[in-house]
Amino acid sequence: MAIVPWLILMTALSLLASVELAGAQVLGNSRAAELDQCVEPTEFMRRNHMELLIHQRDETVHRGIRTKNHSLVECIACHAEKDSDGQFVSINAEGQFCQDCHVTAAVSMDCFQCHATKPDVNAQLTGLAIAMTRPNCQR
Amino acid sequence: MKQAPTNAVPDKKRRSFFTQAAAGIALLTLAPGVRLVDLALGKKDETAVTGTVRWGMLIDTTKCAEGCVACVEACDTEHGLTGFNRPKTDAQWIRKLELEDEQTGKAHSLPMLCQHCANPPCVDVCPTGASFVRKDGIVLVDKHICIGCRYCMMACPYKARSFIHEELSEQKPHAPRGKGTVESCTFCVHRVDRDHTPACVEACSEAGHQAMIFGDLNDNNSTLTKVLGELASKQVREDLGLNTGVRYHGI
Repeated sequence: MAIVPWLILMTALSLLASVELAGAQVLGNSRAAELDQCVEPTEFMRRNHMELLIHQRDETVHRGIRTKNHSLVECIACHAEKDSDGQFVSINAEGQFCQDCHVTAAVSMDCFQCHATKPDVNAQLTGLAIAMTRPNCQR
Repeated sequence: MKQAPTNAVPDKKRRSFFTQAAAGIALLTLAPGVRLVDLALGKKDETAVTGTVRWGMLIDTTKCAEGCVACVEACDTEHGLTGFNRPKTDAQWIRKLELEDEQTGKAHSLPMLCQHCANPPCVDVCPTGASFVRKDGIVLVDKHICIGCRYCMMACPYKARSFIHEELSEQKPHAPRGKGTVESCTFCVHRVDRDHTPACVEACSEAGHQAMIFGDLNDNNSTLTKVLGELASKQVREDLGLNTGVRYHGI
């Protein structure tokens, strides 16, 4: 019957649409909301962010490459939302950027068993302080 | 063969090359002791680490103060190592040892941490390849691959590794840690990659002891190799032939 593949196609399309409409929405009170697009086109990021992350993870851990574009720390720094008190909300909390889409897509993520879920508010300050007090590393 | 007389042009090219090279060298040396090449030594974010560098450390136990735990505290703060009030199993990347020679009574105080061996037993025994030596000599655990079998903890002669028994939260972005994996001192790899010294070395210096020197063992001009050239130093359990990156003076 010709209707069977048609039905399968429609079901698949509606599933995809529900994923893309329900999740992966940049949240208003995050740095990402101020930008035109992510580090790659949005469509690409929706489908392939996990490939970029797994590649970058090996590059960073084993080869010491610390570029920011595909780094999980930078994803969180940009996509984490601040609440009404100006405090960062965990990116894997209900309704937040990572969690929202992953719940809809029924894909569990275990990144946050180990990785921080909020940007480090002191990170830049510490980096600057180090640079100022210790310009020459003892190499 | 007959020499062609038309080699005036290449000669000119060679001369101009030498002139430019001389100008280049002049540019690299701004003033005595100040060279531009030194400024370019820092690793860029996009370049991979190489084996031309081997990171190491010298701990001068004659300067290490008894009872001072500045390095331990700095490490805990830097990596967010919070304990569960269970000293036997709480994560510890660096610890202070107080030693005493039973015959002479001479006391030593020294920090013990991952010795960043060139031939590390933890890497030998790791069944998954999670324990590895980075090209620049830093011994790390790839926690994405670690299955938490703890073979490495048993193999390490320095008791340098810890296992995470509890679910964690509020980790530091630069120091991911999670239940079921083994971890140890990383030489503050996130800082070293950005040209800073490890937190413990910095804390020791700020506490006024200067007992820890961090640097490149392969660089003859580094502070570390210069001091190593002057002070007698030992590897702990040198008999094991592990070629440790951490050396001790005064033990």
